[in-house]
Parts: sequence; C-alpha cells; structure tokens
Amino acid sequence: MMEHSDILQYLIMGVQSGCIYALVAMGFNMIYNATGIINFAQGEFVVLGGLLMVTLTMTVQLPIPLAFITTTAAVTLAGIAMERFTINPVKNPTVLRLIIITIAVSIIMKGIAMGVWGKSSYFMRHFSGSESLDFFGATILPQTLWIMGILVLIVALYIFFFNYTMTGKCMRACAINRDAARLSGINDRRMVMLSFALSAGIGAIAGIIITPIIQMDYARGALLGIKGFGAAVLGGLGNSMGAIMAGVLLGVLEAASAGFISSHYMDAIALFVLLLVLFTRPSGIFGSSAAMKLKEF
Amino acid sequence: MNVKDYYGIGFLAAIVAALPFMVANDYYLGILIFTALNCLTCIGLCLLLGYAGQISMGHSAFLAIGAYSSALFTTKLGWNPWAAMGAGMAISMVVAVLVGLPTLKLKGHYLAMATLGFASIVHVVCVAAVDITGGPSGVSNIPRLSLFGFELNTDTRIFYFCWTMVILGLYLAVNLIHSRVGRGLQAIHGSEDAASSLGVNITVDKIKIFVLSAAFASLSGSLYAHYVLYIDPGPFDVMHSVLLITMVAVGGIHSIWGAITGATLLSLLPEGLSFLSEGLAKFNIQYKTDYDTLVYGGILLVIMLFMPEGLFDGLRRSTAMVFRLNGEKGQGK
Amino acid sequence: MTSELSTIIKVETLRKEFGGVVAVNNLDLSFTKGHVSSLIGPNGAGKTTVFNLITGFLPPTSGKILLNGKDLTGKKPHKISALGIGRTFQNVQVFPAMSVLENVMVGRHLRSRCGMVVSCLLPQALRPEEKRIRESALSCLNAVGLAEYADRQAGSMPLGSQRMLEIARGLALEPAVLFLDEPASGLNARETVGMGELIGKIKAMGITVILVEHDMELVMDISDKVAVVNFGSLIAEGTPKEIQANPEVINAYLGA
Repeated sequence: MMEHSDILQYLIMGVQSGCIYALVAMGFNMIYNATGIINFAQGEFVVLGGLLMVTLTMTVQLPIPLAFITTTAAVTLAGIAMERFTINPVKNPTVLRLIIITIAVSIIMKGIAMGVWGKSSYFMRHFSGSESLDFFGATILPQTLWIMGILVLIVALYIFFFNYTMTGKCMRACAINRDAARLSGINDRRMVMLSFALSAGIGAIAGIIITPIIQMDYARGALLGIKGFGAAVLGGLGNSMGAIMAGVLLGVLEAASAGFISSHYMDAIALFVLLLVLFTRPSGIFGSSAAMKLKEF
Repeated sequence: MNVKDYYGIGFLAAIVAALPFMVANDYYLGILIFTALNCLTCIGLCLLLGYAGQISMGHSAFLAIGAYSSALFTTKLGWNPWAAMGAGMAISMVVAVLVGLPTLKLKGHYLAMATLGFASIVHVVCVAAVDITGGPSGVSNIPRLSLFGFELNTDTRIFYFCWTMVILGLYLAVNLIHSRVGRGLQAIHGSEDAASSLGVNITVDKIKIFVLSAAFASLSGSLYAHYVLYIDPGPFDVMHSVLLITMVAVGGIHSIWGAITGATLLSLLPEGLSFLSEGLAKFNIQYKTDYDTLVYGGILLVIMLFMPEGLFDGLRRSTAMVFRLNGEKGQGK
Repeated sequence: MTSELSTIIKVETLRKEFGGVVAVNNLDLSFTKGHVSSLIGPNGAGKTTVFNLITGFLPPTSGKILLNGKDLTGKKPHKISALGIGRTFQNVQVFPAMSVLENVMVGRHLRSRCGMVVSCLLPQALRPEEKRIRESALSCLNAVGLAEYADRQAGSMPLGSQRMLEIARGLALEPAVLFLDEPASGLNARETVGMGELIGKIKAMGITVILVEHDMELVMDISDKVAVVNFGSLIAEGTPKEIQANPEVINAYLGA
C-alpha cells in the first residue's frame, strides 16, 4: 500500500529533479528566443558545470561560494565561445546545418569531459550537510532546499532582467522582431551572444546544484538535455514561465512513475510524455498555437 | 548522370570482389564488414536526410529492432535466421509508420528531438526489459546465416554477403533518386511549399522514405547480430545515431556516394587513430581511444562549418579555386 | 455572348483571421476563364493570404472557394494542384540543389505515376515515362526561354531566371489556372517587359492567369480585369481603365 508519506516523498524527489529540468528548459528558451535555434549542447553545459564544480570544491578545495561563481563564469565563457566560433561564422544557415553544428559541439564537449574527467561518476559534498530533515513524515535533503531556493532566485533575477533592465528589454525586442530591433539601433548579433552566455550560465548552475545528489558523469548531458527540452516543449517552446511549471510537472510525473510503475522505465516515461506532447500539442500544454508565435522569455 | 552512378556501382563491386585477396587478415576483414553494415544504414539515412531533408536521430532504434528481432526470434522461438531478419524488417517498417505519422509532420528541431526521444525510449527498453532482451547482459548464441546450404561462417563469406547487400542497396537507391519519386523527395528538401504546389504529397512521401530507410537500418542491425552472434544494448545508444548522421554529413549530404564515402572513412577512422596513437607514443604523447568521440565531433564540426556540402564537394571546390588562381596568374602575364 | 465569359474560380464570403486580426474579410471574388486578372492593393491588404487560401496553404476561417463549381475549401495543396491550379511564390522557391531541368520535371509529378517500389526495382520500365517527362519539361523551359540553362543548378541562377523557372515549373503541371505571386518583384525593367510578354504567351495557351503585383504599369498593361483589395475587403473591380479612374482606389493608395 502506498503510504501518505511515500507520496510526499515522491513529490519531493519529483520537484527536485523538476527544478533542474526547469533550468535546462530556460536555457533552451533563451537561445531559441534569440535565434530560433534549439541548442543540442544544452545538456552538456549542465555536465560541464557539475564536473567543474566537483574539481574546484573537492580537488582544488575552494570554498563553495567561490567555486560556484568561478564555475558559472567558466561555463558562461564556454557558451560565448560556442556562439563566437560555431554559430556566428555560419553565413547561410539552414536549420539542418545548425542542428548538426550544435550536435557536433555537444559531442566535442562530451569528448572533452571524458578526456578530462574520465568515465567515472563524481561525488560532491552537499552545500550544507547531508543529514536528511524530517518533513511531515517524509525526508528532505538540505540540498533539495538549496535547489528550490536557487531556482526561485534565478526566476526572480530572470524576471527582473527581462522586464527592468535595458539589455533585457533589448533581448526581448530582438526576439519579437529582429529587423525592427536592429533598425532601432540594437546590436542583434550581440544579443545572440548574450543569449548563449546566459543559457550556458543557467545550465552550469543547474549542474552545480544537482551534482551533490545525482553524482555527475560525462555522459549525462544527452538525457538531461532531452528532458529539459521536454519541459520546454511542454511549457510552450520559448515561454520560460511555462517551462518552469512544466519542468516541475515532468519531474513529479517521472518520480511518480518510478514509484508506481518501475524505476527502470522512469527515463522512458518522461520521453514518452515528450513525444505525446510533440505529437498532440506542439504548442505546449499552457499555450495555444496563436500564442506560440509570441515569444515571451 | 544516371549512367555514371551505375559505373560507380560497378567500380565498387570490382573493388569489393578484389579486397579479400588483398586483405588476408581476419581482423581487417572484420572491420570491412562493419564498414559494410554502416554503409547499408547510411544509404537509407542519406535518402532520408540528404534527399528528403528530414533529420532522424532515431536510426539507432531501427538497428536495435533489427538486431534484437534476429537475436530473439532465433534463440527464443527457434526461427530460421532469414525469417527472423524479415520479421525484424517488417516490425521496423511498422514502427516507422507509427512513429513517422506524427513525427514527420514536425519540422527541423522538433523532428530531431522527437526522433531522439524515440531512440532513447527504445534504448531504455532494451536495457530495462530484462525478461525479454536480457537487459545489459544481452543475448548470446545467435545462429549464423546460411545461404544455399553454405553457412556464412567465415569472415570472407560474410564480407561478400554484406557488401553484396550494400551494392544491391546502392542500386535501389540510385534507381530511386533518378525517378519521379526521388525528384519529389528532393523537391521536399528544397521547399515543402513548392513541392506540394506541384502535387507532391509531402506527408505520404516523407513517411515512405522514412519507412524505407528504417528497413535499411533494420537489415543492417540483423546482419550485425548474425555476424557477431552476441548483442547487448551498448552499440544501439543515441550516440550511434549521431555517428550515423556524422557519416552521411562528412561525405556530402546531397549525394548517396557521399554517404558511402563518409561511412567508409569513419568506420576505418578508429583504426587510423590507433595507428596514429602508435606514432604519437614515440613522441611521448598518449592517445587514448577515449578521445575518439572528440575526434568525431571535431570532424563533424569542421565539415559543417567549412564544407557544408561534404568532404568531396569541399575538395572539388578548393582544387577548382587553385586552378582558377593559376589560370588568372597565367592571364596576368 | 455571356456564356463565353464563364467564371473559373469563385470565392464566396471568404474570411481568414489570425488570432484576432482579420486578414481577409468576407471577400467575394470571381475570376473569368481565359483572362489575365490582377489582384492589387497596398502592402498588407491580404492579397497573398487570398492566394494561400485558394491554393490550400492556409485553411479559411469561413467561406467557400469553387473551381468550376467544385468546392476546393479545406483541401490540401497537393490535391488542389491535382485539380488544375498551379502557383508561384512571392519569395521564389525553386529547389536550389536540383538542376533547372529537374525542377521542371518535378512539375510533371502528377502527369506520371510510377511508385516507389517500381522505381527502385525496375528502372528499365521507367525509361519511356522518364523520356516523356524530360521532353515535356524541356518544352516548358523553352516556353520561358531557359532551355539553354537546363543543366545549371537552379540555386545558382539569377533571381529573374528563378522567377521564370518557377513559372515553367507551374506550366509543367498543365494547369487550368496559374497563380503568380508578384512575378515582377525584384526584376529590372527589361526583365519586367519579358515577364509581361511571357504572361501574354501563357494566356494564349488558354491558361487563366491570376496575379498579385505591385508594378502598376505591368498590371495595367496585361490585365483584362483588376480587383483592388484593402484591409481584406474588395474595394473596386473592373477593367484597368475603370480602375485607374476610380477615386476610391486612388484614395486607398495615396492615403486619405
């Protein structure tokens, strides 16, 4: 029999991974809104963030806040490099070519991660203790609270950035109408670079906060990426507030299916939901197809 | 143009016929068999990706369906290997219709992600359905194929059989490309709107070519199972789909010969790299097979950035440019 | 007398909304068989939307489209082309990787019928049909004056030639009606004259031509009938002379 506390436990686990999917989905949306590209290397940013954080905290022994900032900055730079060297130089981009390019970048990043960190999974110490706390009969890790808190913080920053800063408003203008934005003096190429930078940074943060719980290894990128994309589509591609809700929903669904059906098929179920949504409601569960044309960060 | 392709097939057949006499070593013959299997999959994928312009990251799934059908129908139900292979192709084609119907309505990124999702699901099932697929430990004791009373039990025999399949596949593909249907597919790649304004039923044609390319992949998967006689989920992960796309793109996406070239080059690449690593070791540089992924990614990126039409077109253009430069110099006098 | 001027395409209270925006507002239009008819109007008036509705690229919100009295509403583009409607596109859409001749050969898609299995297995059986396709494609290329470039890659042709190629491709369909979406846009003066002559030639073949065009000189020169739309509604209809004298048209173009 399923106890009340078991259900709560699955809910907690679901929300925890859901927060990560939400962050990955936000990363997808950033680049999608600015360029119309789906970045297949999105999951690799998460892996890179996680692994770099492991090295900085466990090997270099940096304090966590410093390692956090250094890692995020480094992966952000990787995102900028990706845009400068692989997206920006393409003169006559076709969708097919751009897809293959981002796939190539993802393989390269995966190859680098394997070369540097090898094939083993890495532990990382929790931000503040790994003692589980009691939560209405279920248990919750302090790290899970960190994950939720950081998601909330990022969402707040995100809303502030796109609504109250000049740069954020320029990015929105570019997403809505690139030509018009360019005519009003916005440097649209710079906005594209910025979107890659922000997207890589958010990916890195996702990797940093989840690594203490899942133990990062080089090969996790693809699955994290595709589930994050699932959340992005579920929430309506390009709509980040939708993506956050969809990410959490997907996480809970996945945890529930692991609990009620079988943990072996957990990954398949998340993907199945992705396919189902793609086939039946490609505009997402929250959006209508008319709203889909309006890109909102 | 058509005739040139048939000459090409003849030329390939001649090389294939001669190779086992030049390569006596079973190890290298084995690599050439894997090359043939990759070529076979890439012929199908090229028809889909290069001609019809529809990306599929799901072809590892059809390889898996072919391989597991061959393995399971023969070992668990005692079927004849040929029947199992046929059943695998039939299942792959049915699955391709079911997946293709909704998927191929999607475009570009959505299509890539949907096929990627499909391939991941199949891989997860191969690993998780332990009762049926044996899970991570896989299926062993898969019987060999036999043909007219000859068991395909030596690498030379298997080599000839697999490459015969490649040549047949090429023949079918070349015929298709130069037909009304093939032109319709290329039209879909060029502009879906224009193609449908000329009466091309884009939905149906896309599904048809998806099904055909799934059949190619399934055949290749079955042949793999009957050659190595043991399968596990390892080779059928999403990375393999990416590798297949790399093969097609490296050679030149718009030509079936590009796919053959790319598949051959990349199948032989690990050998080249291990050869290279011996050379590098002399200079105290350690090359590990772990770096192969990085090399594949690097090749794919360089090709896509600098020669989007593939290696051969790239070389042709650069030599043409050199000639032109020389010509201008000559006129300058 | 009136029986000769039969209507080939009739549009009844056609309406198209995008979200809340009304692009085509209960439009009634009819086009006469054998005529060259033009649809003109300011930018954003809904002309191309009308084309896309008639050729099946957009589903109408409401209303009806009839070809010789037969209902086309809601049919897919490839079905509509099979019923004898060809079209070109405002932003030229040749198949860039294919040769000029192959582009036109795609236009014969509906006039040939070999399927995938036969194509793969029995290439010999296709020869006679292939030969016929090639010959009629060449004659279409001849009609637009591109026969000498048959083997060139379509994507490498200049814009003017690509527009001609699109028309040749449409002719290969042997349509009853050919829709041309801004055939002269991007063409220089000399090419525009050539386009006018070509449209005359197509009319002489007995094909009804309906075009959207901004080049007024060309429109007034070649059209039998002109329809003016603005904000998705018909504001005037008549011969080029009548239209040029119509105060409402002048108003719409010059602004009130």
